[in-house]
Amino acid sequence: MSEPTMTEPPTAVDLADRRVRKPLARRSWLRRLRGTSAGHPLWRQPLTVVSVTILVAWLLIAALAPLIAPYDPLAQHAATYLPPSGAHPFGTDELGRDILSRLVYGARLSIPLALVIVALALAVGGVLGLVAGYLGRFVDEALMRLTDLVFAFPQIILAMAVSAAFGPSTRNAVLALVIVSWPVYARVIRSAVLTVRGEDYLHAARLLGVGPIRALRRDVVPNSVGPAVVLATLELGNAVLMLAALSFLGLGPRPPAPEWGAMIALGSHDLSKWWVSVFPGLAILTVVLAFNILGDALRDRIDPRYAKGRET
Amino acid sequence: MSGSALLSLDRLAVTLPGGVPVIHDATLHVEPGEIVGIAGESGSGKSLTAAALLNLLPAGSRVTGGATFAGEDLLGLDRAGWRRIRGAGISMVFQDPTAALHPMLPIGRQLTEHMRRHLGLSRSDARARAVELLDQVRIPDPQRTLRSYPHQFSGGMRQRVAIAIALACRPKLLIADEPTTALDVTVQAGILALLSRLRDETGLSVLFITHDLGVLSALTSRTYVFYAGRVMETGPTGALLSTPRHPYTAALLGARPHGAAGVGSLRPIPGSPVVPGQAPPGCPFAPRCDFATADCTSAPPEPAPIGTDRLSACPVAPELEVTP
Amino acid sequence: MTAPLLDIDELAVEYRSRARGAVRAVAGVSLSVAAGEIVGLVGESGCGKSSLARAAVGLTAPHAGTVRFDGRPVTPVRWAKRPAAEVGLQMVFQNPYASLNPRRRIGDQIADGLPAGLPREQVRGRVAELLDRVGMGADTAAKYPHQFSGGQRQRLAIARALAGEPSMIIADEPVTALDASSQAQVVNLLVRLVRELGMGMLFISHDLALVRQIADRTAVMYLGKVVEVAPTARLWSAPSHPYTRALIDAVPTIAARPELPAVLAGEVPDPANAPSGCRFRPRCPAAFESCVDEPALLPIGDRASVACWLTTNGATA
Repeated sequence: MSEPTMTEPPTAVDLADRRVRKPLARRSWLRRLRGTSAGHPLWRQPLTVVSVTILVAWLLIAALAPLIAPYDPLAQHAATYLPPSGAHPFGTDELGRDILSRLVYGARLSIPLALVIVALALAVGGVLGLVAGYLGRFVDEALMRLTDLVFAFPQIILAMAVSAAFGPSTRNAVLALVIVSWPVYARVIRSAVLTVRGEDYLHAARLLGVGPIRALRRDVVPNSVGPAVVLATLELGNAVLMLAALSFLGLGPRPPAPEWGAMIALGSHDLSKWWVSVFPGLAILTVVLAFNILGDALRDRIDPRYAKGRET
Repeated sequence: MSGSALLSLDRLAVTLPGGVPVIHDATLHVEPGEIVGIAGESGSGKSLTAAALLNLLPAGSRVTGGATFAGEDLLGLDRAGWRRIRGAGISMVFQDPTAALHPMLPIGRQLTEHMRRHLGLSRSDARARAVELLDQVRIPDPQRTLRSYPHQFSGGMRQRVAIAIALACRPKLLIADEPTTALDVTVQAGILALLSRLRDETGLSVLFITHDLGVLSALTSRTYVFYAGRVMETGPTGALLSTPRHPYTAALLGARPHGAAGVGSLRPIPGSPVVPGQAPPGCPFAPRCDFATADCTSAPPEPAPIGTDRLSACPVAPELEVTP
Repeated sequence: MTAPLLDIDELAVEYRSRARGAVRAVAGVSLSVAAGEIVGLVGESGCGKSSLARAAVGLTAPHAGTVRFDGRPVTPVRWAKRPAAEVGLQMVFQNPYASLNPRRRIGDQIADGLPAGLPREQVRGRVAELLDRVGMGADTAAKYPHQFSGGQRQRLAIARALAGEPSMIIADEPVTALDASSQAQVVNLLVRLVRELGMGMLFISHDLALVRQIADRTAVMYLGKVVEVAPTARLWSAPSHPYTRALIDAVPTIAARPELPAVLAGEVPDPANAPSGCRFRPRCPAAFESCVDEPALLPIGDRASVACWLTTNGATA
């Protein structure tokens, strides 16, 4: 007689309990922090506001780096491994460079590169996914097996292998990351296109004599890109992380470029010099988290299951 | 109304969270062994009335008025009280039987599990009763059905299984919310015959919610016509459908295909149904009504008796000459 | 009589399903609709009426048989643009929530059916005219589908179909998803348009009473085959096929002395394993020896045909 199970009485109990029990994600405190996503405008969701603020701040920092950074990020100004102090708030690294200045300039690398990686992957994956979903048959089969091939390896291992094969450089790291990340977009767009292909509004348009290309542009694309755009926002954080990982391993931007991942690597040999790693780590953390929260908020907006409540 | 009623609602009113009033002063009763119909379009509050009877309203809804079932005050029940009422007192079948059946569990387990919990039956007794129930709802080969899964059945068979589950704990009242709307006519005929037979054989009471007036005519003895959360008219089904005493009932009759072939058109009700929470101050049907007068827009009319066994919430009802 | 506007000849539609193999949803159906005529097609779910509709309009390729519209064969819509001559064959879909693109303005969707290269002013005028035809205001054009109720959306979907200046409309359960009061409104609109514009309409529905009300002729489908077709009045007053009779008897009616609708024994078999001989045989109250052979759909007088040995053998129905 304790907790009712799914098979409990006449369907009524089950239904009642479903209404009483709140799914974890809809718990009230979480909800209040995030805003009710569906009903509220984005600016009424505190977490989203915070993450947007963080991202805007990082973009400003990147844009205004020369004005903000107290020192030249590449020059040696002081003794090596100075702990945080008034002159060097985040301390200095093994070459006596100011870590705060390097972080500020690092934003000019990490954030734009993440945007480029995601934009390229979305473009490549999006087009291939559209083609696969819309044409179907042989093309679909071939493209999907190709995505399987990429999915068969852990993403970071494959990215390491590709960028090692191309030789370590910023451009090759970006290429490697695009190569390992496009299949996700292709899959997402393809399944969205497959759904739209069965929709009656597409059939109705084709029956009225709308050609396949025009139908693709007006009916298929607008109704299938939503999930991929959300995914792209979520993946921006991932791109920052993966780029940092490649740099950490020496496969990204070459030293002395102030890439955050490479900066962490410098501090990883001696953890007693914690400030060398911790501050770039925090920079990565804030950016990744902000992108993820923003992506979540976007998904709640676009996901039709939440959108329904708005329409009525 | 009658002291012996199995279920009686006295001016029941329901307000959903957010302050949207959806049911106003619904007064209704169901006698033991009676099949009573509720008619109405979507948004009429007919399904919410059923939800109120099983405490299935969204959390935060406000319910006022009276609701008694077998002498027990429903609105004063606690969680344990509701658990007792649901299943052994009132149970429900829905339009979509798949919603009521767990897709991954065999039918037998879904039938027996809660009989064992609620009725305290042993495994073999529950099994025997399950076979009996499936036989009662005319499922061929009940023994095999116990081991089958919901997806192996057609829509009509699934609805029969859902009814068997609803009947498992011997409820006194079955609320059927559009149980045949999604079914084909030949399958619907089977379900209607089944409910009628269950009433005859076991004295089951049924509150049958539907928008199909033909089904009401065939199955029910009395009908309540709901519109915008109010009872517009009530009376014996036959009289109500042959001589409607409310313009809305008449309009519903006119809008349904009824006549001889080749007539070529239906008489639609002008306008569209009231959106809950946006009802006009007077009679909710007034904006769509051919008979509306200035009085109709001031306050919603109270249901008033017509003859001995009918009520109509329309002041022009006594003079109403409407041909269905 | 001149050649029918829509002529479906021995159409068969098959689906391949991994679990059940080839499923013959439509197993050789012949049906025609003349200009100005409304033909009702009734049958229970799974009888193949929607598959028939989709194949007839060209949304799926038939497995066998032909569909002719205005004398020329209908080509399945694939990678090419639909030939202009076939745009006069339009469809109204069941679910008005899925048949309008949620992300495009109503006006743009209706304009899809107008000739390309029309000046903007004329497009606007024509769209307003079409909206007016279905009883919607010209300001509707700038709105999106979610701003409308189901009944209104179905009107908009009808306006869009009209943009193709159809002479033939296939309506697949067009009011099933709607409320009682919008049902009557939309049905009346469709019938009025068909009559005013002299179109033909194939009206597919599971609601016999509704079809009885509007159709000139009615065809009854069972398990992928048409079992009877007759002028609607005759079909109702004197059904020849036992299945037609069972369907009619199962419709609950409002009567002074109400009685429960008659129950038809058994269940519709899986089309993947249709019974041999007459497909209705296992459920038919009148089945006899001849029924092990499949009866053909044979004419029995004035525009009526039936596929039943009871009638075509000369035995009493």
